[in-house]
Amino acid sequence: MADEVYPEDLRYHREHDWVRLEGDEAVFGITWFAQDALGEVVFFEPPAVGALLSADTSYGELESVKAVSDIYAPADGEVVAVNDGVVGSPELVNSDPYGAGWLVRVRLTNPARLDALMDRDAYVAYLAGLDQA
Amino acid sequence: MSPSTDFAQTAQQREAARTIFERGAPGRRASHLPDMDVPTRPRDELLPARFRRAQAPKLPEVSEPEIVRHYVRLSKRNFDLDSGFYPLGSCTMKYNPKLHERAAALPGHSRLHPLQRPERAQGALELMWNLQRALAEVAGLPHVSLQPSAGSHGELAGVLLTRAYHEDRGDARDIVLTPDTAHGTNPATVTMAGYRVVGVGTNADGGVDLDDLREKATDRVACLMLTNPNTLGLFDPNITEIAEIVHDVGATLYYDGANLNAIMGISRPGDMGFDIVHFNLHKSFTQPHGGGGPGAGPIAVSDRIAPYLPVPLVSRTETSVGPVFDLVGDLPKTIGRLRGFQGNYGVFVRAYAYICSLGGEGLRRASEVAVLNANYLRALLRAPGVGEYLATPFDRHCMHEFVVSGGPMKRELGIRTLDLAKRMLDFGVHPPTVYFPQLIDECLLIEPTETETRETLEAFAQIIQEILAEARSSPETARNAPYTTPVRRLDEATAARSPILRQPL
Repeated sequence: MADEVYPEDLRYHREHDWVRLEGDEAVFGITWFAQDALGEVVFFEPPAVGALLSADTSYGELESVKAVSDIYAPADGEVVAVNDGVVGSPELVNSDPYGAGWLVRVRLTNPARLDALMDRDAYVAYLAGLDQA
Repeated sequence: MSPSTDFAQTAQQREAARTIFERGAPGRRASHLPDMDVPTRPRDELLPARFRRAQAPKLPEVSEPEIVRHYVRLSKRNFDLDSGFYPLGSCTMKYNPKLHERAAALPGHSRLHPLQRPERAQGALELMWNLQRALAEVAGLPHVSLQPSAGSHGELAGVLLTRAYHEDRGDARDIVLTPDTAHGTNPATVTMAGYRVVGVGTNADGGVDLDDLREKATDRVACLMLTNPNTLGLFDPNITEIAEIVHDVGATLYYDGANLNAIMGISRPGDMGFDIVHFNLHKSFTQPHGGGGPGAGPIAVSDRIAPYLPVPLVSRTETSVGPVFDLVGDLPKTIGRLRGFQGNYGVFVRAYAYICSLGGEGLRRASEVAVLNANYLRALLRAPGVGEYLATPFDRHCMHEFVVSGGPMKRELGIRTLDLAKRMLDFGVHPPTVYFPQLIDECLLIEPTETETRETLEAFAQIIQEILAEARSSPETARNAPYTTPVRRLDEATAARSPILRQPL
């Protein structure tokens, strides 16, 4: 299992999804906190390539030994690739949530939306707030 | 003294792990049939070749002692209510009195053929009719069908009734609302009945968020499915207001009876404004249900829903020779049959025996003690040594069950709710429901039921305290538990990722 880290180069959504900007495309995944809360991931139901994702709405499901959870799009975009590696080996989400465990690659339709997301420090502070609750 | 953690798999345990398919020998039999003394007929005449398998199935071939030992061995490895405490939240694992088993085993009940004509099954029909009347009284709704054979089946019946009701009025609707504290099967039921699920949030007191409900209650909403008390074990005091909001938009209000054990004889769903109720006879009215059945999920409905009830219904007609019971199927607007025959009759007998032996006052007392036991256990778990690690998210009395969060335990001690649950097995108790409802972090949902003694509740709280004390010095012990069970920690992830669902035959 991976160590608890939240990379500086990502933006974070309050539903514990991350986004990494790569040119005019972006990669989505779930954070260390999310995979830790889910427990061992056993199934990934991805969206279709070409699907249009809307920010804050569910675009797929991750199933763990505990529960089935929706995955929320941190930004709007069109799916250009799905990580088949995670479809075949869902445990990659646990072992490498920011690397081999990425979920989808999208072409952003509204890049300005990323400004509404949290940077690393804001997300870490947000997590600390959840702990108090 | 805590159970041993020094565990090595012994030859005896390896032997116990062999399945029935790894036992026996070709040609071995538990019984031998006499030679055929009637003329045989060609197989093709009895069953066309296309319906027959090409090769005989690879069934186990074992002697009678082998098969008896196989099942006895399995039964000893099972955990059940006759063995110990089983506080599985939302499942109402109350003790099942042996008297009910005797009643259900009476030949008049157990040997009744499902195709017996109604005039030859008057006693059984009378029992079913009386049970319907009793359930109608508990629900506060006048019409009952005993057909659905599980809680989830009752839910499906209820949502199909809702659909029939709206369609009959020419009112197309496509949404069913479920709170995020709903019983887990509700969203699945909604989808199966062809509706779309829209979630409703929970307020700070653990009840339905009324503002969110008002916003989502539109004329597209067919129904709100509610569990009250909900899966947090909390009774929603706004229930009449909720009913008003739902009825104002023309939707039905559905009561999931999973938590009926909290309110029997005290308050009635019909009086709260519910249109449709399902019962889990196997929970609230006793029935062994650890292995997934058989169950019974009767439904009670209001006048406006009654025309659509599944058939056949049990009827009672007063005649000069006394009451006559029959099965009635000619309801023009019925949603039809939900299953073959008349339901799981043996469950009806046990539930009826329970209702008769307790009476109305007794049912009320059962619910009162269920609530008392849950509150006592909840208070015990707030004591020093436990309360620091298991948070009680809502500072109010619970109903028949309650939630605690293992969040502080995970942060302070480095063990998770799953580890605590697995370690409990070494102390001879069944763990509570874990990781449900999902809105509580590292959740435990604990339902002790009314049938447990004060000593049992105190012993359970003591076990949790010991496990937490042990985790302060040695968290590894819980992380690797259990040690004393027939099998150790199961690899649930591999089981889910690469399931082997059948033995090739």
